[in-house]
Amino acid sequence: MTDFLNDWGIALMVFLPLVGVAIMMVIPGQEEETHKLIALVTSLGSAVMGVLLLQNFDYDRTKDLQFLVDQRWIEVINARFTVGLDGISLPLVALTLLVTPLVIIYSWNHIPDPGNAKAFLILMLVLHTGMLGTFVAQDLVLFFVFFEVVLLPMYFMIGVWGGENRLYAAIKFFLYTLFGSAFMLVAFLALYWVTGSQTFNLQDLAAEVASRDIPLRTQVLIFGGMFLGFGIKVPMFPFHTWLPDAHTQAPTQGSVILAAVLLKLGTYGFVRIALPILPEAAVEWAPWIGLLAVIGIIYGALGCLAQTDMKRLIAFSSVAHMGYVMLGIATLTNFGINAAIFGMVAHGLITGMLFFIAGSVKERYHTLEIKRLGGLLVQAPHMGWILGFTSMASLGLPGLAGFWGEFPAILAAYNPAPGLSVSLFRTYMVIAAVGTVLAAAYLLWLLQRTAFGTPSEEFAHDDHIHDTVFTEWVAWVPMLILIVVLGFIPSLIFDVTNAPATVVGDVFEALGR
Amino acid sequence: MTLAFLAQQTIERIPFDSPTIDWHAFAPEAILLAWTCLVVVVDMVGLERARRFMPGLTGVGFLLATIPVLTLWNDGATRSLFEGAYVVDRYALALKGLFLISGYVVVLLSTQYMADGDYYDSEYYILLASSVLGMTVMASARDLITIFVALELLSIPAYLLAAWRKRDLKSNEAGLKYMLMGIFASAIMLYGMSLLYGVAGDTRLSVIAEKLTSEGTKPLLTLAALFTIIGFAFKVSAVPFHTWAPDTYEGAPTPLTAFLAVASKAAGFVAMVTIITTAFPGQADVVEPFMWVLSALTMSIGNLIAMRQTNIVRMLAYSGVAQAGYIMAPLAVYSQTGQNGVSAASAIVNYLIIYSAMNLGAFAVVIAAARKTRSGEISSFGGMLNYAPGLTTAMTVFLFSLAGIPPMGGWLAKWQVFSVLLQSESTWGTTLALVAAVNTVLAAFYYLNVAKQMWFMPAPDGDTSRVRVPPSLVAALAITVIATLLSGVTGLVPDITDFGSIALGR
Repeated sequence: MTDFLNDWGIALMVFLPLVGVAIMMVIPGQEEETHKLIALVTSLGSAVMGVLLLQNFDYDRTKDLQFLVDQRWIEVINARFTVGLDGISLPLVALTLLVTPLVIIYSWNHIPDPGNAKAFLILMLVLHTGMLGTFVAQDLVLFFVFFEVVLLPMYFMIGVWGGENRLYAAIKFFLYTLFGSAFMLVAFLALYWVTGSQTFNLQDLAAEVASRDIPLRTQVLIFGGMFLGFGIKVPMFPFHTWLPDAHTQAPTQGSVILAAVLLKLGTYGFVRIALPILPEAAVEWAPWIGLLAVIGIIYGALGCLAQTDMKRLIAFSSVAHMGYVMLGIATLTNFGINAAIFGMVAHGLITGMLFFIAGSVKERYHTLEIKRLGGLLVQAPHMGWILGFTSMASLGLPGLAGFWGEFPAILAAYNPAPGLSVSLFRTYMVIAAVGTVLAAAYLLWLLQRTAFGTPSEEFAHDDHIHDTVFTEWVAWVPMLILIVVLGFIPSLIFDVTNAPATVVGDVFEALGR
Repeated sequence: MTLAFLAQQTIERIPFDSPTIDWHAFAPEAILLAWTCLVVVVDMVGLERARRFMPGLTGVGFLLATIPVLTLWNDGATRSLFEGAYVVDRYALALKGLFLISGYVVVLLSTQYMADGDYYDSEYYILLASSVLGMTVMASARDLITIFVALELLSIPAYLLAAWRKRDLKSNEAGLKYMLMGIFASAIMLYGMSLLYGVAGDTRLSVIAEKLTSEGTKPLLTLAALFTIIGFAFKVSAVPFHTWAPDTYEGAPTPLTAFLAVASKAAGFVAMVTIITTAFPGQADVVEPFMWVLSALTMSIGNLIAMRQTNIVRMLAYSGVAQAGYIMAPLAVYSQTGQNGVSAASAIVNYLIIYSAMNLGAFAVVIAAARKTRSGEISSFGGMLNYAPGLTTAMTVFLFSLAGIPPMGGWLAKWQVFSVLLQSESTWGTTLALVAAVNTVLAAFYYLNVAKQMWFMPAPDGDTSRVRVPPSLVAALAITVIATLLSGVTGLVPDITDFGSIALGR
C-alpha cells in the first residue's frame, strides 16, 4: 500500500479528474444527472487518494518532500515530472480536495444559466487537476504548465456562465494573468540559464543559486519577473483590478473556487519558488512587497466600504485579506510564513463560504445590491446566521479560523527578518492593524444591511425566497465546521507548516547575519 | 571544323563523370516526383472519371514518400550528394516529414472543398504535389542554386493555386499579388546571392561559409547577406514585407491558404535558417541586429493589426505574420547560443512543427464551419458551442495552442524560443524575450475573441442546425488535434528537433 502510494498516489490524485473528463466527453450532454455523478465520483476519488496520502504522510518530517516522484518528461529541455508533498503544499492540497467536491455538490441544483452541466463540470474537473498539480509540482516547467492550465477553464466559466458583464470580466481575468505569467516564464528561463544548472528542480535550483555568485542585480530582475507572475495572481495592489470584476461576474461556483484556491496559487508561488530560490533578491524586494501588501489591506478595506454590491464587497475583502498573507510573506520569517499559509487556508474557507452565501442570496433575490436586500434573518434565518458566523470569521474573531491568519501576520511584522528595516515593518504592522478595524466595520455593516432589519417591500412577499436547502447544507457544513475547528486548534496546520517554514526562514536568518 | 568535331573535342577534354547518386537519400523526392508523374498520367487517361480518385491518389503519394524519410531517420547517417549541394541529415529529414505530412493534411482539407466547387481538381493536386516536392528539396539544399530552384519549384505552383477560384476577382487578385511580390522577392534574393557568389566564387554554402568567415564584415557582404535575407523575409511574410499575405490568404481557396500559411511559410524559414546559421556565422554583427528589428516589428505589428480583423482568414493571416515574428526571434541571437547556432535552428524547427499542427487545425475548423455559415466573418462563429460542440472544442484547442497556453502544444514552441533568447544571456536577447512576452498577451486577445464568439455569443441568425463535417475533414481534425495535444504534454517534438548540427556537404 505504502509503495503504491509512494509511486502513484500523487499522480492518481492529480489526474483522476481527467479520467472523469474523458468519460464525460463521450456521454451526450442531455444526461445531466450522469454527468453530475461522474464529476462528483471522480472528484471524491481524487479526495480519497488525498486522504490516503494524508494518512500515510510522515508528520515528523514535514519539511521533506514525501511521496516524491521524479520521472523523465521532456528531456531536451531538462523538464522532469517531479511531484511531492511537504508541509507547505499539504494544507493547500487538502483545501483544494475539500472545496472542489463541495462545489460540485452545490452545483447539483445550482447549474447557472445557460445550463449545459456537461461543459460546466468538465471545466470544473480540469480546473481541479490544474490546481492540485500546481501545489504538488516540484519542477519549474511542470509548475508553469499547471499554473497556466487553470486559466482556460476559469475563462470559460466566467464567460459562459457569468453575469451581465461577463465578457469583459473574462477577458480581463485572462489577459491580466497571462501578462504576469509571460514575464514569469521569462524569469524562469533566465534563472535556468543564469545558474547554468541543467535542471528545473526547485530544490536543486535553490542550491545552485546559493553556490554560485550571481550578480544581485540579475537576481533582483529575475525576482521581478516572478513577482509579476505571482503578484498578479494573488492579486496584489495595484494589479488587483481584475479580481472584483472576475468575482462579481463569475458564477457562484467560479467565485468560490477563485477565492478559495486560485488566488493561493500566487501566494504559494512566493513561498515555494521565489523566496527559497532567490533569497537575496527577496530581501531587496521585501520592503516593497510589504508596502504593496499594506496598501492592499487599506485600499481593499476602503473599497469594501464603498461597494453597493455584496459580491463585489466580498471580492474587495479578498484583496485586503490577501494583503495580510503577503505581509506575512514579506517579513521573511518563519513566523510570517506560517501565518501566511494559515491565512491562505483560512481565507479559502471563509471567503469561499461568503461567495457560496452570496450565490444563494442572488439565486433567491435575483440581486446582490445591498440596499435592496435586508431582513435575511427573517426570511431565511439559517442562511442569515451562517452569513453572520462567516462574517465574524472573516473579520478575524478569535476562536475562528480567520484570526490565525491575520493576527500572527501582523505580529510577524513586529520582528521582520534580519536585514529588513524594523521601523518600516513596524509601521506596516500599525497600518495592518488599522486594517482589521476597517474589516470589522465593512463586514458588520454588510451584515447589518443585509441580514438585520425587515425585508424590503419588493421581497417581503416573495414566495421564491426560502431557507437553506439540502445541497447547500451538504456543501457548507464541512466548511463551517473546519472554520471552527481550525479556530480552536490552529496547531492542526501550524504543526504541519512550521518545519518547512522554518527552513525558509532560516535562510534569511543566515543571510542577515 | 565542323560542329561535330568541336563537340568531340570538348567531350574528350572535359571528361564527364556521372555523380554517384545515393538513391536511398534521394528516395523521398524520387518517389514524390514519380508519383506526381503517375497522377498526371492517370489524369490524362481517366479524364473526368479519374477526378474523384485524385485526392486519395495524391495523399497516398505523400504518405509513400514519408516511408523513406522514416527509414533514413532510423538510419541516422548524414548523407551528402552532388558534391555537397544536397545533404540529408536529421534537420532535413524532420522538415521533409513536416512538409509531406502537412501536404497530406492539406489534401484532406481540399478534398470536399474542391469536389464541391466547380474547379479543375486534378491539376490542383498535381500542382500541390509539385510544390511539396520543391519544399522537400529545400530542406536538403545546401547550395545557392539548389535553394533558388527549390524556392521557385515550391512558389510557382502556389502562384497558380492562389488564383484557382478563377471566377472570383478576389482570388485573381490573390494570385496576381502573390506572384508579383514573389517574383520581386526572388529578384532581390538573386541579387544578394549573386554578390555572395562573387565574393566566394562558389555556390555551395560550405565554401561560402569558409570564405565569409575569413573575409569578416564588409559593406559588400552586408549587402549580400541582407538582400538574401530580405528575399526570404517576403516568403515568410515578415513586416514590412508582409503586405501581400492578408489579401492573398483571403482570396485564395481556403485549403490552399492553409498550405501557404503553414508549409510555404515553413519552407521560407528553412532556407532562411539554413543560410543564416551555416553561411553567415561571420556576419552575425550585421545579421543579428537586423533579425532583431525584423522579429520585433513582425510580432508587434502583426499582432496589433490582427486585433482589428473581423474576417477569420485575415485574422489568421496576421496571426501568422505575428507568429513568424516569434519563429525568427532565435535568429537575433543565433551566434551566441549553443551548438554554433544550431540551438536556434532547433527552436525554429520545433516551432514550425507545432505551428503547422495547430494552424492547419484552425484552418480545418474554418473550412468546416464555412460549409454551413458560408461566411468568413468571425461573428459567424457565434453560438457554435451549442450546435457544434466538437468543432468548438477542436477550435478551442487550436486557438489556445496558438496563444501558447499549456497543455496545448503552443507553449512548448514558445518555451523553446524564449529559452534560446535567454540562453544568449545578452541584453538584446532578453529584451527581445520581453517584447515577445508582451506580444503573447496581445495575441491572446484576438485568439480569445474567436473563442468568445464560439462559446459566449448566440448564433448570429438563430440558425442552429448541425454542421455536417465530411470524413476527410474529420480525419484532418483528428490528426491536428492529436498532434497539438501530444506535442504539448510530451517531449516528442523537441526530441525530433534536437539535431545537434546542420550538416554541410563536402
